[in-house]
Amino acid sequence: MNSIITISTVLNAASMGLIILGLFIIFTQKNLIKMVIGLGIADTGVNIMLVSTGYIDGNTAPVFSNASLKISQMVDPVPQALVLTSIVIGFGVSALALALIIRLFEKTGTLDTSKIRGLKW
Amino acid sequence: MRKLVSIVLLAGFIFYFATLTGGLLIPSTSSERSSVGLDILSRTANETGSANAVTSVVVLYRGFDTLGEVTVLFLAALGISVFMKNTAKVRKRTLDQSFILKTGSRLLFPFMFLFGFYIIAHGHLTPGGGFPGGVIIATGFFIVLLTSESVEFNKTLMSVLEGLAGLTFIGLGLVGLFGSGNSFLQNFLPLGKFNTVFSAGIIPLIYAVVGVKVAAELSSVVFAMKESK
Repeated sequence: MNSIITISTVLNAASMGLIILGLFIIFTQKNLIKMVIGLGIADTGVNIMLVSTGYIDGNTAPVFSNASLKISQMVDPVPQALVLTSIVIGFGVSALALALIIRLFEKTGTLDTSKIRGLKW
Repeated sequence: MRKLVSIVLLAGFIFYFATLTGGLLIPSTSSERSSVGLDILSRTANETGSANAVTSVVVLYRGFDTLGEVTVLFLAALGISVFMKNTAKVRKRTLDQSFILKTGSRLLFPFMFLFGFYIIAHGHLTPGGGFPGGVIIATGFFIVLLTSESVEFNKTLMSVLEGLAGLTFIGLGLVGLFGSGNSFLQNFLPLGKFNTVFSAGIIPLIYAVVGVKVAAELSSVVFAMKESK
């Protein structure tokens, strides 16, 4: 238990890595589908970061399934409830974005943002 | 230019996260737990009767927010069906898969339905509830639609189910507001025996309604995507 690398550290590092990887994909890729994939990766990173704020080393899920479980053995339930909302919103955002991309592809015939007039930078 | 801007922005984000998580190398202890979490954990068993503390937060303490969340999902489904409505030329071709895939998916469908129902009904006892259960049921529809394109579903029934589920959610909240209690989504049913299926007052009812709504919304998204193809 005295080691520096704990589960919280791994969760924090993984969430930061996923967010930065997702943002990198959004910034550098020109394919719209790949940008949505990057958005999803960054979304997962944010969810992991939220869950890790309520995590306590060695504790179990906040479910009173067993009468011998005590409150001091459980993790914080509030961030987990927030992440449930976050996952649903992330699903809605990516589904709507993909529907928009389908329409855009029908109109312009390409998924490359540099070839679509009005999106170039 | 684009690459340069990307690198500058990414460096900014990395710096931001590095300062944000200053306690990256410090293991968290139980003293770091928020007082809200402790309060909810100590009160949930007697106040809501739900064995799952996360469910009691989602459905009762933060139930109004869950209503908004279901509305966001509804808006996403509405937007998708609006965008996909006038897509050009419906191609009339039957892309039915092989006999084994079709039969297998139809065999799988009732079991996925049953599993989704189980997840919804045990939302207050185990991790799960209306959202994952609804997604599992919608996935059952999705598998059938992927393998056999000639299958037609009743879209009107789905819309009616979705609207009724939303109305029931609001109605249950209003009964709590004007009936026995004095706040929206106040529990008005007996709590029952702790840690059994028929317990926790209105939590299983609300989760069942949420499950029906999520399943109907996601199925209508799948239908909209299929019809435009």
